[in-house]
Amino acid sequence: MPVIKDAVCSLCGSLCDDITVTVEDNKITKIENACILGQSKFVGMFKHDRIETPMIRKDGELVPVPYEEAIEAAAKILVNSRRTLSYGWCSTSCEAVSGAIQLAEETGSVIDSTANVCHGPTALAAQEKGAPSATLGEIKNRADVIIFWGCNPVHAHPRHMVRYSSFSKGLFTEKGRKGRKMIVVDVRKTDTAKLADSYIEIEQGSDLLLVTALRSIVNGHEDVIPETIAGVPKAEVLELAETLKNAKFVCIFFGMGVTQSRSKYKNGDAMSSLISDLNQHTKAVMIGMRGHYNVTGFGQVATWETGFPMAIDFSKGYPYYNPGETGANDLLVRGEPDAAIIAAADPGAHFPQKAIRHLAKIPVIQIDPYANPTTEIADVVIPSAIVGIEAEGTAYRMDAISLRMKKLIESKFKTDEEIVKDLTAKVRELKRGA
Amino acid sequence: MSEILIKNASVCDPTQGINCETMDICIRDGKIVDSVSGNAKVIDAEGKLTMAGGFDGHTHSAGKINVGRFMNPNDARKTLVPGLSGQVARTEKTRAQVGYNTPNTYAIGYRYAKLGYTTICEAAIPLLAARHTHEEFKEIPILDKMGLSLFGSNWQVMEYIRDKEPEKLAAYIAWGLRASRGYGVKIVNPGGGEAWGWGRNVSGLYDPVPNFDVTPAEILMGLAEANERLQLPHSVHVHCNNLGKPGNYATTIETMKLFEKIKPSRDRQALHVTHVQFNAYAGTSWRDFETGAPMVADYVNGANHLTFDLGQVIFGPAVTMTADGPVEYANARMLHEKWSNQDIELEDASGVVPLFYSPKSFVNAVQWAIGLELALLVKDPWKVMFTTDSPNGGSFVNYPEAFTYLMSAKRRAEVISGFSKMALDRMVLPGIDRELDFYELAVMTRSTQSKMYSRPEKGNLKVGSDADIAIYDILPGQIDPSTEYVKVKEAFSGAAYTLKSGEIVVKDGEIEETPKGKTYWVNAKVPESIDTAMQKDIDRKFRKYYTVSKSNYMVEDSYLQKPVEIGTEGVF
Repeated sequence: MPVIKDAVCSLCGSLCDDITVTVEDNKITKIENACILGQSKFVGMFKHDRIETPMIRKDGELVPVPYEEAIEAAAKILVNSRRTLSYGWCSTSCEAVSGAIQLAEETGSVIDSTANVCHGPTALAAQEKGAPSATLGEIKNRADVIIFWGCNPVHAHPRHMVRYSSFSKGLFTEKGRKGRKMIVVDVRKTDTAKLADSYIEIEQGSDLLLVTALRSIVNGHEDVIPETIAGVPKAEVLELAETLKNAKFVCIFFGMGVTQSRSKYKNGDAMSSLISDLNQHTKAVMIGMRGHYNVTGFGQVATWETGFPMAIDFSKGYPYYNPGETGANDLLVRGEPDAAIIAAADPGAHFPQKAIRHLAKIPVIQIDPYANPTTEIADVVIPSAIVGIEAEGTAYRMDAISLRMKKLIESKFKTDEEIVKDLTAKVRELKRGA
Repeated sequence: MSEILIKNASVCDPTQGINCETMDICIRDGKIVDSVSGNAKVIDAEGKLTMAGGFDGHTHSAGKINVGRFMNPNDARKTLVPGLSGQVARTEKTRAQVGYNTPNTYAIGYRYAKLGYTTICEAAIPLLAARHTHEEFKEIPILDKMGLSLFGSNWQVMEYIRDKEPEKLAAYIAWGLRASRGYGVKIVNPGGGEAWGWGRNVSGLYDPVPNFDVTPAEILMGLAEANERLQLPHSVHVHCNNLGKPGNYATTIETMKLFEKIKPSRDRQALHVTHVQFNAYAGTSWRDFETGAPMVADYVNGANHLTFDLGQVIFGPAVTMTADGPVEYANARMLHEKWSNQDIELEDASGVVPLFYSPKSFVNAVQWAIGLELALLVKDPWKVMFTTDSPNGGSFVNYPEAFTYLMSAKRRAEVISGFSKMALDRMVLPGIDRELDFYELAVMTRSTQSKMYSRPEKGNLKVGSDADIAIYDILPGQIDPSTEYVKVKEAFSGAAYTLKSGEIVVKDGEIEETPKGKTYWVNAKVPESIDTAMQKDIDRKFRKYYTVSKSNYMVEDSYLQKPVEIGTEGVF
């Protein structure tokens, strides 16, 4: 009975790498150390229905076909398209992402990741003001003040606080939670907020106001602050600024409550500036709470291969980047793409209606282990092996540390990496034929 | 069996003392050989300068350069050096390219190859992030690669030095090189990375590191002794304390002196000091800032235990990236620039800040002069490696331009004529008339590297060496580089031929082939008992302090492209 230790969980951006998995008859029978979300991922693949076979839509119905036929149909769609959107690629390996980028380059496509509707603004903020960060172990070993801002790790990253942040113990943080101040800034009292030493409830969409106020105080201009800011009494904001300035090591973890609320990337921009200002008084860093387990990896691979982290348009032969113009939703809302390839993501469930309406009109190729709302509008469906369970590969944790995900069991499905390679080879073949 | 005959080449190979002699070079299966058969493909190199492939021994090409790309998408569109920068569409042979200071991985490979370079050394790999470095290495075509692993602010290193456990320290270094698949020991601002964990820095060689009860001097000596105990191919590679601060030349000389007592275990230097331009500053503040290069050069001229590289400044935009975390924060605050930071748990720190070197700024002008002063005032070129610390001093695509500064006093005078009097008063460069010849340039761009990295098959054209060869359309003797520097720059900007392992990868300045390069790493042997004792200590580190498991920390074999394992025998 093989027992695999130190497996990497491929669910969220925490990428816990201490999972023990027991495999019997090519089935996972026991999972140790994983959180409830991780458990459901490892077990879920046996409980939930997989897409059992490749499928092509014929007369409105998806009908099973062999892999080769699906790949050929998909390649034909790509070759006949003048403006393909390639989207997703964040719940798969870096090796698959690399292949997807090469395919996008060769087909002159636009390729974008799920950061388009998530931490994309964080990248824009880094381009404005930089990203003063650290690996998670720095927080574990040093941080005495931790802020969770617009994020709810209790539900989204369940082991984060134990492994890396509030409850963890390190060399200079031997008392763990007792030696730390934990602050939550949010619009509602989440389960994370309930565990905090202080909870600052701000008005929806007013993050930029509060960050700017904190910057003013940290830089010695508290006189400009009105009596209430972002729905928070001035006294409370002053107290927060004092806590930050007097800390030994501050980390602000921020989530989509910051990146996708009003002011978008300007929130991250201001946050980065606040961190820079705080370092005049103490040590401070910020870390984005990335959701999908390898959304950070997409950004890394895309950046080294194309110079840009997302929203990359290859129609000119070289990478062109202008989020707001070349993002997945920008294109779809304009009704621009005439085909789409979607992998390891579900725009059908998460994109605005206008974008989905356009997706429904064009040929869509889906690569995914599971059926989801996108399947409903897909014309070619190619099932894939689950990375971190049925396939190995690289993923990047939210702090940009890469880990090798293990293959735990055998699978009849092709990996995303293989599918992309096959697809590229077929596209080349068809192009040569043309 | 593939054979090539390079006929009538004008060969410049200082390793063999060959100074522009006309000769043939024979190549078989990627190596230089005595003779080839009549079936060999012939390259007519008559009238062409032929050297070993260039070897950039200190460049930032994988790892934190990605942070530079990430925060500077504007760099992708910069076309300051035509043909070697900016956006280039994909072709049947090449992937798409972007960038100037922070090109994408493919562009790095193609552009170095066009300059006649065939080997690069990434100068800073954090152990924990080493997998990422190798992922990028894999996507850099053509070039052979190696990387230096960071040890200068590492908890385990500092504890072993504090507790006087030199054998375990050596075992830890050996393990760290294996874990990161690194080639040598890099030390950046020793102790400063740990101090930066608390927003602080160390002020010099004898300032204690917070909480660890060691000094930078002790870290340097401890690591140097471990380096020699392991008989590593490269010496310790040191980025000195106080980088970027006026008056720091004194710390630099003090650091160099410290190493007089280190006995190298191989036929190479005991110390390599890197990007010394940033560490050769005199004055007490930015107001009275002036060159400290004459003092540093004076010391180096009297010393025989070290090599150094320039970190030459190129005017225009640059991106600074270094494991010197506190320096980057200071840069960002001083220049009102954006700032990225990445502290690595238990190991080190780093930062990235873009900046612009302007000839109108007296500080930048003096910085530009200092690099050249160091190269020209140090008499023995074998102590000097040419670099821009790419992209800290400027992008590597400017190497041909920089060569003209070294080879032509007239060209220097042209640049200097734009400087303010204030700048001229702070430098000694205008009084230096030395001009390097092609032979000396070959030493600084190839031969020094071969020796300092103990890579006898690199950086030279001896029989048995790798057939990494650059052929430039220029002929020493028929050209006067001191006046015809435009031709010099043109020739070095696009090699007539670049051969990598005997394969023609560049012809007439264009990419012909894009083979995959090798990755060199060092596997140092340590007695089992010492290794076992050391492993117990790091097991505890992983259990209590790291956020990844030890088994997931080691770079797996699958990440190494054409790995070349260099074994060494430690002396215990």
